[in-house]
Amino acid sequence: MHCHISIQTGGFDLAAEEAALRQHAGDAGALVAFQGMVRAHDAAIPLAALFLEHYPGVTEAEIQRIADDAAQRWPLSAVRVIHRVGSLAPGEQIVLVLVASGHRKAAFAAAEYLMDYLKTEAPFWKREDFVDGSRRWVDAKASDDAAAARWA
Amino acid sequence: MNIRVLYFGRLKDTAGCSEEQLPWAGGSTATLLAQLRARGDSWAQALAEGQVFRLVVNQQVVRGEADIPPGAEVGILPPVTGG
Repeated sequence: MHCHISIQTGGFDLAAEEAALRQHAGDAGALVAFQGMVRAHDAAIPLAALFLEHYPGVTEAEIQRIADDAAQRWPLSAVRVIHRVGSLAPGEQIVLVLVASGHRKAAFAAAEYLMDYLKTEAPFWKREDFVDGSRRWVDAKASDDAAAARWA
Repeated sequence: MNIRVLYFGRLKDTAGCSEEQLPWAGGSTATLLAQLRARGDSWAQALAEGQVFRLVVNQQVVRGEADIPPGAEVGILPPVTGG
């Protein structure tokens, strides 16, 4: 399996990332793309920005481990994960997961698996910076833990 | 000999910094957490059971308890919220 991981402050272009993935996807019949975006109205006060930080070196290694686990479960030809860090405005992209496989079921399942584990295992931390100047580190969600636990 | 302790997420607010040098005579990840919790209520609460996701020793994620050698870099990770 070919795997590309990028942690970056800048955005990404879906078409360019798909083209890069397909160079390594071989005879894949299925390509699933998931993009996550910053929501403006997750709390009572509107969000000015979502700030994300990570642990350089360790975060990339953990994502690689999650992708390797996914490749043990499904026959994947290529995976591409892009996760942004820094200060992101509502509506901006946060995360991109691209999965190529021979058939759609494996590609859909692996994309979900990757997202579930990105949320619960990869070292990223989100802080909500609200329009009134207040700030709050986001709590881990029990629903995310439950989503990841179903793969165990 | 020292260790370099790195804080992430809300633990940066508790520590008032993103990293610090700590004198280290040797011990485990449990030794370090006990030492930091003894700094006061805000530390004890921030590093309580369930508030610490994992520790990372020299860039290796630790599951359970692990030795911290002198000179090590130790990351203390609160529960993660990526995606």
